Amino acid sequence: MTEQPRLAEQNAAVHLPEPFLKWFAQRGWSPRAHQIELLATAQAGQSVLLIAPTGAGKTLAGFLPSLTELAGRPGRRPGQARRGIHTLYISPLKALAVDIERNLGKPVEEIGLSVTIETRTGDTPAHKRQRQKLAPPDILLTTPEQLALLIAAPDARRLFEDLRYVVLDELHSLVTSKRGHLLSLGLARLRSFVPGLQTIGLSATVAEPDELRRWLVSQNPPGGMAELIVVTGGAKPEISILDSEEHVPWAGHSARYATPEIYNEIKRHKTTLLFVNTRSQAELLFQELWRVNDDTLPIALHHGSLDVAQRRRVEKAMGENALRAIVATSTLDLGIDWGDVDLVVHVGAPKGASRLAQRIGRANHRMDEPSKAILIPANRFEVLECRAALDANYLGAQDTPPLVNGGLDVLAQHVLGCACGAPFHADALFEEVRTAAPYAELDRPTFDRVVDFVATGGYALKNYERYARIRLNKDGLWRVSNPRIAQQYRLNVGTIIEVPALNVRYIKAGSKGSASRGGRVLGKIEEAFLETLTHGDTFMFAGKVLRFEGIRENECFVSNAPGSDAKVPYYGGGKFPLSTYLAEQVRIMLDDPQRWKKLPEQVADWLRFQADKSVLPKRDDLLIETFPRGNRYYLVAYPFEGRLAHQTLGMLLTRRLDRAGARPLGFVATDYALAIWSLADMGRMFRAKKPSLAALFDQDMLGDDLEAWLADSWLLKRTFRNCALISGLIEKRHPGQEKSGRQVTVSTDLVYDVLRSHEPDHILLQATRADAATGLLDVSRLAEMLSRIQGRIVHKHLGQISPLAVPIMLEIGKMPVHGEADDTLLMDAATLVEEAMGTK
Amino acid sequence: MTFALAMTALLADPIDIAGERAICDRRGVLYFPELRLVTVSDLHLEKGSSLARRGTLIPPYDTGATLLRLQAVIADYQPAIVISLGDSFHDGGGAARMHSSFRERLEALMAGRDWFWVAGNHDPDAPADLPGETVRELAIGSLVFRHEPSAVRVEGEISGHLHPCARIVQQGRSVRRRCFAGDGGRMIMPAFGAYTGSLNVLDRAYAGLFRRETLMAYMLGTERIFAISHAMLRPG
Repeated sequence: MTEQPRLAEQNAAVHLPEPFLKWFAQRGWSPRAHQIELLATAQAGQSVLLIAPTGAGKTLAGFLPSLTELAGRPGRRPGQARRGIHTLYISPLKALAVDIERNLGKPVEEIGLSVTIETRTGDTPAHKRQRQKLAPPDILLTTPEQLALLIAAPDARRLFEDLRYVVLDELHSLVTSKRGHLLSLGLARLRSFVPGLQTIGLSATVAEPDELRRWLVSQNPPGGMAELIVVTGGAKPEISILDSEEHVPWAGHSARYATPEIYNEIKRHKTTLLFVNTRSQAELLFQELWRVNDDTLPIALHHGSLDVAQRRRVEKAMGENALRAIVATSTLDLGIDWGDVDLVVHVGAPKGASRLAQRIGRANHRMDEPSKAILIPANRFEVLECRAALDANYLGAQDTPPLVNGGLDVLAQHVLGCACGAPFHADALFEEVRTAAPYAELDRPTFDRVVDFVATGGYALKNYERYARIRLNKDGLWRVSNPRIAQQYRLNVGTIIEVPALNVRYIKAGSKGSASRGGRVLGKIEEAFLETLTHGDTFMFAGKVLRFEGIRENECFVSNAPGSDAKVPYYGGGKFPLSTYLAEQVRIMLDDPQRWKKLPEQVADWLRFQADKSVLPKRDDLLIETFPRGNRYYLVAYPFEGRLAHQTLGMLLTRRLDRAGARPLGFVATDYALAIWSLADMGRMFRAKKPSLAALFDQDMLGDDLEAWLADSWLLKRTFRNCALISGLIEKRHPGQEKSGRQVTVSTDLVYDVLRSHEPDHILLQATRADAATGLLDVSRLAEMLSRIQGRIVHKHLGQISPLAVPIMLEIGKMPVHGEADDTLLMDAATLVEEAMGTK
Repeated sequence: MTFALAMTALLADPIDIAGERAICDRRGVLYFPELRLVTVSDLHLEKGSSLARRGTLIPPYDTGATLLRLQAVIADYQPAIVISLGDSFHDGGGAARMHSSFRERLEALMAGRDWFWVAGNHDPDAPADLPGETVRELAIGSLVFRHEPSAVRVEGEISGHLHPCARIVQQGRSVRRRCFAGDGGRMIMPAFGAYTGSLNVLDRAYAGLFRRETLMAYMLGTERIFAISHAMLRPG
């Protein structure tokens, strides 16, 4: 859509009230076409989705319908009842809600509107929340969890009876998670309170806008969609890939080789935003930059595990333009304003074209100026991936993930929430739930099983009738059986499950933390990582090298480590798997030597070597190489389907190879490839067709093998834990007591074992398997791949390692090896004891 | 002795507790061959329904699962004496709440043996309407069986209550398992119940109970017991 200023002005005059026109004019601005179009659509009674790049004035656009309507509303006369909330604004981040309050307050004041705007988040004091219910503001800025709480209150209907608009910010990021599922159910509830309710979705560019359009409106009748307004354009970003003078490493994620070149770019620009994919990369890059920071430029670190106070300080400094560079993870992905960033550096591969576009949008928050960005691949495969992403960004390709059906655990939480608000009729609630797009395909038997689950646990053994949380009364309504249930519900609302983590606290070296309670808290770190440390190990956190002193209760004690090398690397893995779209682009590039010319010479050479020594896979083929090395035999496959799918594939193949007598020992998976090693010569076995590769990679591995492996997998246990907490089977918090992560972990694992052996078809296990298939296991993607490669497997039996195999072979030993039973480790420990004691 | 038991006995070297020979079974029970005695601790039967009463509706199958495992152990050893070392039921009303089918299974297990319910902190009184003898503690030979380990050192004391587990770190990976904890003088049993959590033997709750230098954790593996010395154990 191109802007047509004159038409826009004429339209503005029709739709914008006088004070608004004056306000724009006083500032020498004119309303943008999409702002007016959105206003006109809303005024015509339609819900609407606005897709626009950052800096397009999205927020103001989203609020114009509310502000103009509120401006024209007659004031409340004395004695007249207080009005309910007029507009609800929902954002994924607390900070964003606070930011908007500031940004919106200014025009409201300048235009001279008497509109009240307030935020309500987890940080809002209780007395203010209470007051907000008695005297609601016109515009309430809040989060999905707070909405869930509000609709579970007995006075919800009254609070929302005057609601006109719901504005949903950063919709693209909300809809992909369980938070989005919960929010969609909350919206359905609001629509049942106020049938004429209109929604306004604000989103960055996505692959399938229609999914979001359906999400915004009732799916009764099915397929209904919000209107769509797309703002294209903005200046084309200037993106380049760092063409390093240095040797680009074969493997690894640090991009350490490029530190001096990155530092020079920081010096050349006003403010640089450096994005990385994981916290550990952020720590490492920050450390490396300070190592070369001879000019002591103010360079800061920001990631989600750091202490909140520390993060706020960094954010404030950033807002005041006091920093020259900031190293950040995805905590900064969303739309907070970050001062005058004039360069975005992306270290490591972006993993998705849309994600790259959104991150680059951070620079130059004004839409009409080009963003400037540099991509720093950390290894050679990432060079290919960066190149593919860069081409995609120019082409405007989008690869945001498709939306999945709503989780049954989330539905269970919502059902209990509804009962806490008011008694419900199952027929009516079922119809209401199905108006939410993620639940449009929900069938009645499943819904009834969820209600049964909420009531008594839904077990085949009907033992808990007398303990029911909700009960069906004679009038056909389900009611909460006890006010305590509602109290517990309120403490456990939401779908965000924290990974068990411990506070990291400073103490003096060697003091074990017993004498004093130690110094300040640096942040939180996952328990799973800390468990692998022993006293005296060093690791990197909060921009420092720390020495592990010990754990006590919920705290991990650390001291400053002498020297600057951390002994224990932390492999967090890529948080996001390589997108299907980018994976395909990389395969296409490998298959097209013409395109290698755009690659750095050393990388193109690498591919030429591969063509010479082995072969490069055709775009739809799966290349499998086998070769001996040391006293082991290796199989390396190159599916390019992302780490999660490769991990699942590795688990399943190892099982099959074991049955075939190949005696596999372990495997590692990256985003690009999978390597399995064994004692038997797999290449020979495949040549003799015992088994054939076609049989080994047959789709039937997703049947019994998957089931058998899943049953015992920690992946499923972790997924079950999330489902158990979200569904309310197990409480996150109980009045008066906080459960530590470990207590919850232990009990959900035990519950899982018992439930699986006694009632494998229980609804919560169904929900768990469904989650795992799209989440940690990525079975759906693996299934697509196995079907794609049928009859297209290319086997190269080599005498030695190929150039393409080098990167993944280097990962062996750096990444956790899968497929080894824990008992083997116990055996090793026990043997050590036996040796030491001289008993064996 | 069945074949399966013979294998178990082979894999688990007998240990010595105050002069009595004992086998730590990987399923979490202690067997004294000379006494034909099996002891098991912290069954926590009906923990599921106990939590359900307070609104946490976890699956009601824990009693069944626990009894099934106990049944297998008893079938293997055919003991003359069984001692349930306390916290046999998760709360005082547990035995009364138990489903009739579970009660029948439990009674069948008890038939023809001397069965002792040692009183625990969760179940200080005799379980309702069940056979067996309820005792505060029990002395047999040089051994004494009680629920809570006593603060002063007692040679030959077998107790439970603390739900011991141990953790080791090998090759950058951490393994945590329930365990028997013993120093040759006294022994603390792992919890047997399906829903019972566990507490690391290095936790402060165990302070002063063991002679550190001879403390061993007999960690429960899938196929066998792993005897791990104090030096290899990690807290947490």
